[in-house]
Amino acid sequence: MVRVLIPTGALGLAYDRAALARGVANRPDIIAVDGGSTDSGPSYLGRGVSKYSRSTTRAEWRDLMLARAEAGVPLVIGTAGTCGADSAVDWLYEITCELAAELGQKLRVARLYSGQSPDAVADAMAAGRVKPLSGAPGADAETLRSCANIVALAGAEQIRAAIDTGADIVIAGRTTDTAIIAALPIARNCDAGGAWHGAKVGECGALATTNPASGVIQIDFDETGFTLEPLGGIARATPYTVSAHMLYENTDPFILYEPGGHLDVTGSRYVALDDRRVRVEGSVWVPGPYTVKLEGARIAGYQAVSLTLLRDRRYVENARTWAEDIAARCRKVAVERTGLTEADFTIEMRLVGQDATLGPLETGRTVPTEVGVLAIVTAPTEPQAVEIAKILNPYLLHHALTEEEPMPTFAFPFSPAEMSRGAIYEFCLHHVMTLDNPMSAFRLEVSEVGHG
Amino acid sequence: MAELGAIVQKVRSKNAGPFWLTVDIFCGSAEVFARVVSALDTARVAALYGVSGADIRRFDIADLSVVKFSFPRPTVQGTAADRDMHGAAWAVLLEEMEIA
Repeated sequence: MVRVLIPTGALGLAYDRAALARGVANRPDIIAVDGGSTDSGPSYLGRGVSKYSRSTTRAEWRDLMLARAEAGVPLVIGTAGTCGADSAVDWLYEITCELAAELGQKLRVARLYSGQSPDAVADAMAAGRVKPLSGAPGADAETLRSCANIVALAGAEQIRAAIDTGADIVIAGRTTDTAIIAALPIARNCDAGGAWHGAKVGECGALATTNPASGVIQIDFDETGFTLEPLGGIARATPYTVSAHMLYENTDPFILYEPGGHLDVTGSRYVALDDRRVRVEGSVWVPGPYTVKLEGARIAGYQAVSLTLLRDRRYVENARTWAEDIAARCRKVAVERTGLTEADFTIEMRLVGQDATLGPLETGRTVPTEVGVLAIVTAPTEPQAVEIAKILNPYLLHHALTEEEPMPTFAFPFSPAEMSRGAIYEFCLHHVMTLDNPMSAFRLEVSEVGHG
Repeated sequence: MAELGAIVQKVRSKNAGPFWLTVDIFCGSAEVFARVVSALDTARVAALYGVSGADIRRFDIADLSVVKFSFPRPTVQGTAADRDMHGAAWAVLLEEMEIA
C-alpha cells in the first residue's frame, strides 16, 4: 500500500493546517502538491513566472517543508511556479534554498526541467514525431522558434526518476497534474488504473469532497484500486463527489490521456466505506505510444487599456453606438499619425455591464444603471499601443452622441487614463511529441542544500 | 417551458486546456436528468455557443445525472479576442436557456 498526502489543489491556494498535521500523523509515503496549470492563461508560460505571490508561495512551501521533515518522506511539487518553465523551477529552488538555511534543514533537492529547445522540437517535428491534437492551431518550425517558452508535460516515469535520486524534495517543471501523485504507487506496483484514477481525483486536493476549501486529502493506493479520505474537519468524500470529479476540466469524463497510455474509468466502481471515505476499483490503464504533450507561448502583440464610466442614462442606452463611433474615428486618426495600417492594430470596446463577458453570444437584454467602457488597444509594439490609447483619450472624455448638444464629459477612474499591459502572449501548441526514452526530453539536477 | 438553471442543481463551465471548453449540467435527480436529456437539443447548444454541431461532444451520464458538453473554444484562451480566461461564465448561456 502507498499512502499519498495531498495538501491542496495548488501551492498558493491555502489549506487547513490542522488537516495537514493529521495527514502527517497518518504516516504518508510521500507528500505531493501541484504548482500550476495553463488555466490562468499564456502570460505565465510566456514570461516563465508564477501567478502567486512569492511571499504566499514561500509561507506555504515552508509549512510543507516542515511537514516533510516531520514525516521523513519525499515532498514533490509538479508544474512549479504556475507554468513549469525552467525559470519557474529555479524560482522555487531559490525559495527552497532560503528556507532550508532558515529552518536548519540539510536536503537533497532534485530539479526536473521540462523546458524544450525550439530547435530540438523542430527537429522532432521534421522527423514526424510531433503531432497536433484535436483543436490545435497550425504550427511549424517558425512557430516553435517564435515561442518564448516551450515545455513538455512530464509523466510518472520522469517523476519516478527524480524520486529515485533519493531526493528529499523534488521540484518539477511542467508535469501532468496527475503524474506527481501516480508516480510512487506505480513504481511500487500498485494497480496502474487505480493509480492514475486516484491521481486525477486527487489532483485538485479536496475539490472532490463536500468541502473543497479544506484542501487536504490522503489517498491509499494498492493492488486493486484506491481509497480516498479527506482530512479537513467537515469534509466528506462520497461516491458522487469522487466520480463527478472526472468531469472537471476534462473533455471526456471517462478517458484521460497521459504519457505512455490512457486511463479508462468507464467500468470503475465507487463504494462508500463510511460517511467520509470512498473506495474505487475497476479503473483500467491502457498502455499506448510514449508521447508527451507540448505547450508553448509566444508574444502576440502589446496592449494598452483604459476604462471610462458612462452613467448618463442616454449614453448608457446608446453605449454601443457611442463606443463604436469613437473606435472608428480613432482607427482613422491612428493610421494617419502612427504610420500603421488598419491591419496592424485593433481597438476593441467592451461594454462592462452590457456584454463584456460574452460579446456577440450574449442573450441578456436589460439596460444597466451604468456601463464601463473598457477600451483595449493591441498593437505591434508597446509604444504604439500606448500611443493609440492616448489618441482615444479625448474622445472617451468628451465625445458627444450628436453634433447638436453641449460637450459632455465622462468619468475616468484613473490618471493616467491608459494602462500599458505590456506584451500579451498566446498559446500556440496543442501537440504531442513521441519519445523513445521518457527522459530524453527532460533534465534532472540534484543538489545538496542547506545545513543541519 | 423553464430556464434550465431554475430546474437543475448547477451548471458549470471551465477550460479543458487552452483550446477546449467543457460545460457540466448537474441535474440533481434522475427525473430532471431525463427531462434535460430529452429537451436539450445538441444543435441548439451549438448555436448558443457559435460552434459547429459536429465539433460538440455530448455525454449523457445517468449515473451522475449529468449532461456534459465539450467543444473547441470559439476563442482560444488568452488570445486578444478572449473575454473569459477560465471559461467560467459560459455556463450562464445554458442556465438562461429556456427548455421544454
